[in-house]
Amino acid sequence: MKLFLLTILNSLTLAGLYFLVASGFSLVFGLMRSVNLAHGALYLLGGYIGWEVAEFSGSWLIGIAAGAVSMALCGALLQLCVFRFLEGQELRQTLVSIGLSIIVADVMLATWGGQAYQFEVPDFLWGSVKIPLLGLKYPIYRLFVLAAAVLAGILLWLLLNRTRLGKMIRAGVDDRTMLEATGVDIQKIFVVVFALGAGLAGLAGVVGGSALSLSPGEDLRYLLASLVVVIVGGMGSIAGAAYGALLIGFADTFGLAYSPTYGVVYTFLIMIVVLAVRPQGLMGKSS
Amino acid sequence: MKLKTLTALALAATLQTGAALADDTIKFGAIATLEGPFAVLGQEGIRGVELAIEEFGGEVAGKKIELMVGSSNAQPDTAVAAARKLVEQDGAQIVIGPLSGSEGLAIKDYSKTQPQASFLNGGSAAQDTTLRDPSENFFRWNPDGAQWVAGLGEYTFKEKGYRNIAIVAEDYSFPYTLVFGFMKPYCELGGKVAERFWVPLGTKDYSSVIASIPDDIDAILVTLGGSDAINFLSQYQQAGGEKPMVAGSITVDQSVLSSKGRSKDYLIGTPTSSPVADTNTAKEWTDFVSAYQAKFPEGLPTPSLFAQEYYVSTKAALLALQEVDGDLSDQQKAFRAALSDLTFLTPAGERHLDENRQVVTDIFLSEIRPGEDGGLVSELISVIPQVNQTLGDDRETFLAYGPVGRDNPECK
Repeated sequence: MKLFLLTILNSLTLAGLYFLVASGFSLVFGLMRSVNLAHGALYLLGGYIGWEVAEFSGSWLIGIAAGAVSMALCGALLQLCVFRFLEGQELRQTLVSIGLSIIVADVMLATWGGQAYQFEVPDFLWGSVKIPLLGLKYPIYRLFVLAAAVLAGILLWLLLNRTRLGKMIRAGVDDRTMLEATGVDIQKIFVVVFALGAGLAGLAGVVGGSALSLSPGEDLRYLLASLVVVIVGGMGSIAGAAYGALLIGFADTFGLAYSPTYGVVYTFLIMIVVLAVRPQGLMGKSS
Repeated sequence: MKLKTLTALALAATLQTGAALADDTIKFGAIATLEGPFAVLGQEGIRGVELAIEEFGGEVAGKKIELMVGSSNAQPDTAVAAARKLVEQDGAQIVIGPLSGSEGLAIKDYSKTQPQASFLNGGSAAQDTTLRDPSENFFRWNPDGAQWVAGLGEYTFKEKGYRNIAIVAEDYSFPYTLVFGFMKPYCELGGKVAERFWVPLGTKDYSSVIASIPDDIDAILVTLGGSDAINFLSQYQQAGGEKPMVAGSITVDQSVLSSKGRSKDYLIGTPTSSPVADTNTAKEWTDFVSAYQAKFPEGLPTPSLFAQEYYVSTKAALLALQEVDGDLSDQQKAFRAALSDLTFLTPAGERHLDENRQVVTDIFLSEIRPGEDGGLVSELISVIPQVNQTLGDDRETFLAYGPVGRDNPECK
């Protein structure tokens, strides 16, 4: 029983982390129809930059901000300098983003080496806390990850559903050409969305790097997780990303707890089932 | 203009290597895990190779050594791909590597198809790479996982007094070997193993495993390497875990102890055994440490287990080459004979090979203590001399235990 409850909590918190990474990926994917395979690289680079800044400034919170802001800038630059020139050429965009991710991964390996980096989270987030009703001890930091993901989800939802910018983004996801025809400067929206997506990845880099650790290879792991989450959840939908992240988080964690050897398989089983039954994803709109 | 110059330069470079190749170069290929969870260990391995080659001034018997590096990610197929490129495309005559257990098993099988090249293991430590069905041209100058932990089972039971433990280890050939080596003496003395958790290599989130660790145990044996170890240790501490640890060599290697992040003080007092002990005062080890620190100021505080193991294998190859005057003709026959008969003083004491081309070596039992400069070090407690692959049993008896695996030994 204790194991079961802990596993549920673990699933929720892991899902939170997946959601943070995948929501940005899903936004970009949905609006621009291009798979930004450098998303994982942005996650890891944001984490490393956040680590350097946190180390230099002595404040973990500044580290988080640095990770998010630096990657948002990076994302905007990527859109302005690279992807803008490849518009409508989905295959090329994909290939260019793979190329970029390989280059960035090697530069990161050269700069930060192969060691694992761990953040020193502030003392009030360190250690574990007794959860009143369940009578369990649980790491505070993981609860923080969950809270951060929920907060990010709510903010994103408000942005998309309650603001003018959000309306334009949603319109763009549904029909880009129509949106352009109404006189909206879609290039600006692209830059904003790309920066937002990349910033979320950078934020997740620091938050996730503090929960687990930063090391080479994490970029691909989170890219794969994001891909699966978005495929399961449906592209361009924040709710979809949340459902996808929950499903994958539960599959990963329960798999590891109850049948460690085959844990990995469940994630892909879910993906196959979704692709077979509902190819556009749980919350995706069929085109 | 610039492009032309570059092309010309590249051309000149190609011509030069072409000329030099004639007969006065020996091609070395090194395979290490420069990607994936063991990236930092792989980096250390390559440092070891470079140290050995530098010690010989970059040449042996008047022939220049050309070093080519291939990278894998701890999965057997990537190691074989790297080896194929080095041997079949680049013409490597001597291969040093790979690093990880199951990679070693795959490279042993691959070596059988390439009789013109010799393979010297790097750091991989699965048992059956040399114990069962060995390969004529695969030499392992490094102990296997069971040899690594010689003495640890007895120490844990007798000195530490742990009677009931849980095991957390990665799910592949090397940890099976190491856990076997630990459990054999520990269980024979009457120790119990409450549960074994085999987790996939590269697992980041250990929360479920940590939640499942039973409460009524005395200690946990942790056998995880590289970033896996770092993730587990910090998550265990964060979850409020308080059981003492017993560490399988790589878990408290310098590559883990010196990683960036929150202090790992709770590891103080953790026993382990390994082919290296940081505070070893033997001259061959301290000399190696100084050479390493001089060449790699950006490296770890002291060389890790894998820097040493790759260094030993490379040096063995170079010493054997020296003995046969660089003669690699006739399917490297003379070289292989010299390599098989070689005995030399390594940073870990004297080593030689048995009839399966598997090393016999000293092993160091140690405990984790605070070092002088604020970091943690493994402090030498005792040396277990000349441990062989069958752990002192005769070969027949040892083979009868059966291949290592998740449930061997049973420990009833």
